[in-house]
Formats: sequence, structure tokens, C-alpha cells
Amino acid sequence: MLARRIIPCLDVMNGRVVKGVNFVNLQDAGNPVENARVYQEEGADELVFLDITASPEKREIMIEVVEKTARKVFMPLTVGGGVRNLGDIRGLLKAGADKVSINTAVVKDSSLIQRASRRFGKQCIVVAIDAKRVDDPPNLSWEVYIYGGRTPTGIDALVWAERVEDLGAGEILLTSMDRDGTEAGYDIELTEAVSHLTGIPLIASGGAGTLRHLYDVFQYGKADAALAASIFHYRKYSIIQAKEYLRKKGIVVRL
Amino acid sequence: MMEKREQTKMEVTPRGGFIVVVDYGMGNLRSVENALSKLGYLVVVSRSPQLIKKAHGVILPGVGSFRDCMENLKKHHLLFPLREFIRTGRPFLGICLGMQVLFTESEEFGKSGGMNLIKGKVRQFSQNEQMKIPHMGWNTVQIKKKSPILRDLQEGTYFYFVHSFYCIPDNQEVITTTTDYGVEFASSIWKDNILACQFHPEKSQEVGLRVLRQFTQLCEKC
Repeated sequence: MLARRIIPCLDVMNGRVVKGVNFVNLQDAGNPVENARVYQEEGADELVFLDITASPEKREIMIEVVEKTARKVFMPLTVGGGVRNLGDIRGLLKAGADKVSINTAVVKDSSLIQRASRRFGKQCIVVAIDAKRVDDPPNLSWEVYIYGGRTPTGIDALVWAERVEDLGAGEILLTSMDRDGTEAGYDIELTEAVSHLTGIPLIASGGAGTLRHLYDVFQYGKADAALAASIFHYRKYSIIQAKEYLRKKGIVVRL
Repeated sequence: MMEKREQTKMEVTPRGGFIVVVDYGMGNLRSVENALSKLGYLVVVSRSPQLIKKAHGVILPGVGSFRDCMENLKKHHLLFPLREFIRTGRPFLGICLGMQVLFTESEEFGKSGGMNLIKGKVRQFSQNEQMKIPHMGWNTVQIKKKSPILRDLQEGTYFYFVHSFYCIPDNQEVITTTTDYGVEFASSIWKDNILACQFHPEKSQEVGLRVLRQFTQLCEKC
């Protein structure tokens, strides 16, 4: 049976791993290649690098990080952050990334999804959706944000999720902005809604603080994969601990 | 012997054994190259027919669409050199799309013809709420028959998959492992010197590197 995936995420700035809390207050925390190697040894199923480097001229550093990582680590690697066009995608894939995650650029020009998936194959095109709850009870809805969570778009996240599938996305990386950095658990309602509406694999992100949160997002959120950063990065739990817990609770994982 | 720069990174044919990873513009070749290099085997990423002719082993990787793959193989005049190579009896490994194009035809975009080295067809998974497409992630293999690259394989080993189509060989005898994703499909096959797997050994951590190591050991014997 296909296993649910546990995916550690490393935020990378100027070639160094940092971890964001609510998208601000960044702390330096190490070398990306070493981090990746440790996660591979612990049995991570995939790895995500999120490039949060601000200046475009320093983006070349990320290409180097990907090249070095791909020589040491033999598992799927997704790279996202600041990807604007087909050239950026090609550069990352050529450096050794298996998938590229795109957010702002595809909201601004959705035809990029179609063009990228035709050119490189849909399996390597991940659309990242940053979604925030709209405070309008009793109607539950979420709005898509771009530019690292700074800019609201007025787009409904569920409508957008269906649309990116139609345009040829191979996978969705769904982040709850309300939960990101809080360690209060994933947004189960958001995750379940997107999983129900779409037929492509779904990675849930934002809010993992305990192992129970991972269980909930698989069992009730129907996520295919769970992304987490701080709980693994600060060694609160190892990936092996997380998988042993999930297996005991009846979730199919690779151990 | 000199090769054109655009054909290959290497300007001189390597002495001794080497493996050619066929570069025809489909997918992540870097990881296959990195994995073989890590194993200490000389590997050349190339589309040069001369290098393919001299190789001790050839790997055809690839992800993406069946028709684009066949069109690119034709465009780069690789179909004949690959057939000739396989005819020598030296080890050939197809990975993912590189497995699918060995078959007679695919149902992608109506019908597309393949290399017809393995009789059979390639069909799309049917999508439903439980079965997301692509089939993406780690899944287990059930052993039907030991093959030279899956000698010490344990039942239920996890490999990394990413694909929307699967192969149906006419002759069940070629199937070495099957995997379940709504349907039980052939996840690896073996016919004479042709080995192929639907999963990605180069992305499957230690168990995947072991598969590639066994392939390099076959190549060393040639």
C-alpha cells in the first residue's frame, strides 16, 4: 500500500537553514546539506527546501545548495520560493531538484502551470497555496495569499485548488497561514476540503506541534503527506519516532 | 575518439567499463548520474550513438509523457543505437518512463507506439477519491521472481514511485515484482538482458542504491 509521507521542510536564506515563526523572527540553524543528510538517515520520505532569500541576485546560491544536496541525498527533493518562470524551473530541475513548488508566480499568471507541466511533466510541478481563514461566520472559507503571506488576493482557496489541478499541477502544497508557526495543529477542515475536491496528491503544512497533529491530518484531513519544520528541526521528535507513533495508530508509513 | 561537445560532457571515450545514462531531454538525469558516481562507477550522461555502442551498460531514465519520450528518442536518432545495444546482450536498465517506452503501445493521447521490445501495453490509472493521480510516494513491492538487480530483495520493500501510467506485459513471465495501487501492476520486469523498473531506484535511498549497485556489477562482467 502507498505510504503516507512525512516531509521535513528547511527554510533556506542565502544558503543557510533558518526557521521562521509566523514568517518573521528568523534564527540561523545550520548547513542545508548536513540537515538533509540527517533527515535521510532518519527515514524522511522527501525533503522540501524553501528559499526565502530576499534578493534575486543571491538566488544562484540556492542552485549550488541543490546541486550539493543532490549529490549526497537520494530521495525526492522539492524546491520552492521565488520561482518566477520556466527558466527558474529548468535551473532547479537541472541542478537536481525533482519537483519545483510555485506560489506567487502562478497566481499572477496561471498559464505558467500549464506551460511548466507540459514542458517538464506534471509530476514535477507543485503548486503551493497559502490560505487564510476568512472571518465571516457562519460561511467557512479561505483566501489565497501571495508574496510569502503578505498580500491577500481575494481568491477563494478551494476554487483555486480545483483550478490548479485542471491546469496541470501534479501536487498541491497547502499551508494554513492561521496555523503556520503556532504548533497548534494543522487546519484539518481546510486540508480535508482540498483533499476532497482534488484528485492530485496533497501535502498539508502549517501547525504541526505534536505527533497527534500528524495523525489528525492523515486520518481526518485526508492528506497524502504532512510537511513539518520546527518539530523535527529542533529535535522535539525524530522522524522515526513520528513514524512509529503513526504506525501504532494504524496509519501506513514507511519504516 | 573525439565526440562533439554538445553530444557529451566527455571529449574522450573512457577506457574500461562505463555506463551511459541516455540524455534525451526527459527528466532528472542528474540523480541517476549522482547515484552511480556515488557507487564509484564511471558514468557518462550522453546521447552519442558511438558511446552507447561502447558502453558496458545503458540506463534509459525519464519522467513525463510517453509520446514526448518516443518523439525525443526519434529526434535524437536514438532508437536504432538503443536496439543495437540491446542486441549485443549487454545490460540495459529502463527506469519509469524508460520502462514504459519498451512496450508495444501506450493508451496516452489515444494510442502511441513504443519500442515494442516487450510485448504489452501501457495504461492509465483510474482516478478516484482514494487513489490520487499521479501515484506518488513510497509503495511496497511483492516479489514474483528474482532478477539480477533484485537478488537480495525483501518482500514488502518500499520504493519511490511517481507515475500516472502502468505497464501490462502480455507475457506474465517477465514480471519480477508487482505493486498495488488500486490495481496490481508490474513494478519491475526482466527479459534476457533487459531490466526495467517503474520505481525510481535513484530516489529510493539505500534500497535503491543497492539495485543500482547490482546493475553496475552486471555491467562489470561484460
